[in-house]
Amino acid sequence: MNVVIMGCGRVGAQLASLLDAEGHKVTVLDIDSHSFRRLPGNFGGTALVGDGTDEEVLRRAGVGEADAFVAVTQGDNRNVMAAQIAKHIFNVPRVVCRIYDPLRKEIYEALGIEAFSPTTIFAQLLKDVLLTT
Amino acid sequence: MYIIIVGGGSVGYYLCKALLREGHEVLVLDKDAKKCEAFEDELGSVCVRGDGCEVSTLTEAGTSRAEVFIAATNEDEDNLVACQVAKYKFGVPRTIARVNDPKNEEIFRKLGVDCPISVTNLILEHIEEKIPTHPLIRLLSMGEEKMEVVEVKILEGATCVGKSIKELSLPSDSILTLLIRNGEKPLVPTGDTVLRANDRIIALTTTESEEALRQELASS
Repeated sequence: MNVVIMGCGRVGAQLASLLDAEGHKVTVLDIDSHSFRRLPGNFGGTALVGDGTDEEVLRRAGVGEADAFVAVTQGDNRNVMAAQIAKHIFNVPRVVCRIYDPLRKEIYEALGIEAFSPTTIFAQLLKDVLLTT
Repeated sequence: MYIIIVGGGSVGYYLCKALLREGHEVLVLDKDAKKCEAFEDELGSVCVRGDGCEVSTLTEAGTSRAEVFIAATNEDEDNLVACQVAKYKFGVPRTIARVNDPKNEEIFRKLGVDCPISVTNLILEHIEEKIPTHPLIRLLSMGEEKMEVVEVKILEGATCVGKSIKELSLPSDSILTLLIRNGEKPLVPTGDTVLRANDRIIALTTTESEEALRQELASS
């Protein structure tokens, strides 16, 4: 699979490294080249400096030919904007994004964006852990 | 009319002032407490501190009864999300976004913002209109229909000079509606009309075919 990941934080870098290790074609985008230190030394994919909310940058990153696009920067709005450009402008078949704000996540899910809220998932997990022991 | 403005920077400030003067009910949302105080000192209680992309802030602001929603921060992603939340969650009938990167004007429109406005594009259009360096000038854009009205000046040495309109291969979705010729009454061109240098043509075209129309009428 050909995957473009926007945001090379802990989650982005980890995902990139997992997919790369399984032989997928991975491109990681980040506005700060310093973030690429998180990628493992044997990373075989491409790391590109650029803002993923910029249509031109996405085009250069090969989003037009990607099978999947993942937006995992720190900014909810940035993620949501890039995800919509990938889905509606570049017609990427699978688009997934992170939205910390649970209410915003609901709105964008209703608009057809596949979104995950770590806030909801982690709070639920903590609750389950606390109540099952 | 109730109008909400997200972003209390200079655009938000002067908009708020002007809209209040016209008698509208205006509320400004800004994350910065200092900005809110400045609004309060000068214009009264028209500013609420909060994130204009957040559902709770917008609920508190009574967004569902707003008729116009303007996102005027200097971050495009914030302006897009604020307008989408206002439109899809609160049903605001008219959303307006300030667009900082001109490329995003078209993208915002595709993503549901009713009226994206790029100041850069406005200035460029103004320059094109007032200082015609190009033979083809866009007079009016009809965003939703993806149509536009353009004016083409036929330059001396253009390949179309001396040809009749039926001899040209114009794009099928472009219509030459009016011909303005020095010292004559404006006329509606027909297939037999022969073009001369310095003629001005008003045409209706799809945005897609603008370039093809330019090629046919303005290339030399």
